[in-house]
Amino acid sequence: MSSIVIEVGVRLGAGDEAFQLDLPRVEVSRTLALFGPSGAGKTTALELVAGLRRPDAGLIRSGGRVLFDHGAGIDLPPHKRRIGYVPQDLALFPHLDVRRNVLYGARSARAARRKAAELERVAGLLEIEALLDREVRELSGGQRQRVALARAVLTTPDLLLLDEPLASLDRSSRQRIMPYLEAVRDVIGTPLVYVSHAADEVRRIAEWAVVLEHGRVVDAGPPADVL
Amino acid sequence: MTVELLQVTGFTLLMAALATLVMLPPGLALAWLLARYEFRGRSVLETLVSLPIVVPPVATGLILLMLFGRRGPIGRLLEPLGVEVVFTWRAVVIAMAVMGLPLFVRAARAAFEQVDRRYEAIAGTLGARPWRVFRTVSLPLARRGLLAGMVLGYSRAVGEFGATIMLAGALPGTRTLSVAIYRNAELGNDAAAMVLIACSVAIGFVAVYAANRAGATP
Repeated sequence: MSSIVIEVGVRLGAGDEAFQLDLPRVEVSRTLALFGPSGAGKTTALELVAGLRRPDAGLIRSGGRVLFDHGAGIDLPPHKRRIGYVPQDLALFPHLDVRRNVLYGARSARAARRKAAELERVAGLLEIEALLDREVRELSGGQRQRVALARAVLTTPDLLLLDEPLASLDRSSRQRIMPYLEAVRDVIGTPLVYVSHAADEVRRIAEWAVVLEHGRVVDAGPPADVL
Repeated sequence: MTVELLQVTGFTLLMAALATLVMLPPGLALAWLLARYEFRGRSVLETLVSLPIVVPPVATGLILLMLFGRRGPIGRLLEPLGVEVVFTWRAVVIAMAVMGLPLFVRAARAAFEQVDRRYEAIAGTLGARPWRVFRTVSLPLARRGLLAGMVLGYSRAVGEFGATIMLAGALPGTRTLSVAIYRNAELGNDAAAMVLIACSVAIGFVAVYAANRAGATP
């Protein structure tokens, strides 16, 4: 089981509207949850860490690597951060079939072949073997979710960011998807950052919860204490 | 007549195809730049790219003649290499490419602007460098609009007259459809001109029809 220490202290914007995210040295050994109502800035937080948005000031460190340091002029592009990100809408590539989506992280056909064993393992774990030759548009919501997870996991990120993975699913798919997330975390060993506005989800999956409100961290601790 | 018709038509279609290939690299780069980046001089560049649409083609041809002539800044560089442009088939390709480029850039830019940038962002988090993102995500997602732009640029190239006649002349070896129509009309060969016109109309119809189909269907 791998774990990673992250350190985030960044600001986006200025004045009363500024978004400020402070997570002073947290060890994510299994799952860190970002919890808060919609509009609290949870997605913004993930985009800052993944490198899709550039903070106006501050520092982001992950596992001893500096991803962003405003003072030192460091801003690693997303492809060098080793941070996986599954956005809420999943953003599966519509022009690629499931297999090509899942193997997108492999840079060449050769790299894809080298990933064959890993693909088999991840596809088995997430039960998407039968979907690999399908088109993305043919998949159900839960299937898409698992494909997006597999795509991110196969890039072997240091940390995997999940934005409201259950929000767009119906009740029965929700209950089915949770074990897959836990499998990614516990079997593959990828530490997760799990964004959600649902307290029950956070209590189930996370060992540490950070509560966001209006673009600020208002509380942090074990879910049982802070929610 | 039939021999001339086939020869001129084939030559025109081939030159226009080459011109389309020539406009692709600068056209894609310009369209990408205009669709994705904010920079100083952006509107100036935008205007410059569209200029060949509004400037009289004959004037564009004359400018090209000055650039590519033996004493022109580009012609002087090409001369030691033994590459002659003016009054050769290369002149036809260049004139066509310059005149078709604005149409291609406009269409390609719109096509890139319609690509959801989230896909590009996610490709980055999956470890793809910008060039790979461009090739494997942006280009394929914009392909219909790009194809429509290519057809537009190609059709413009097929019909090109003013710049071509300035840069390439109306010699037997550089005669395109429009130049041949002009020559025949000038010499009073109305019947021959009519056949060439019918041929141009047919090509134009097919091209526009194809562009509409490529642009319209999702």
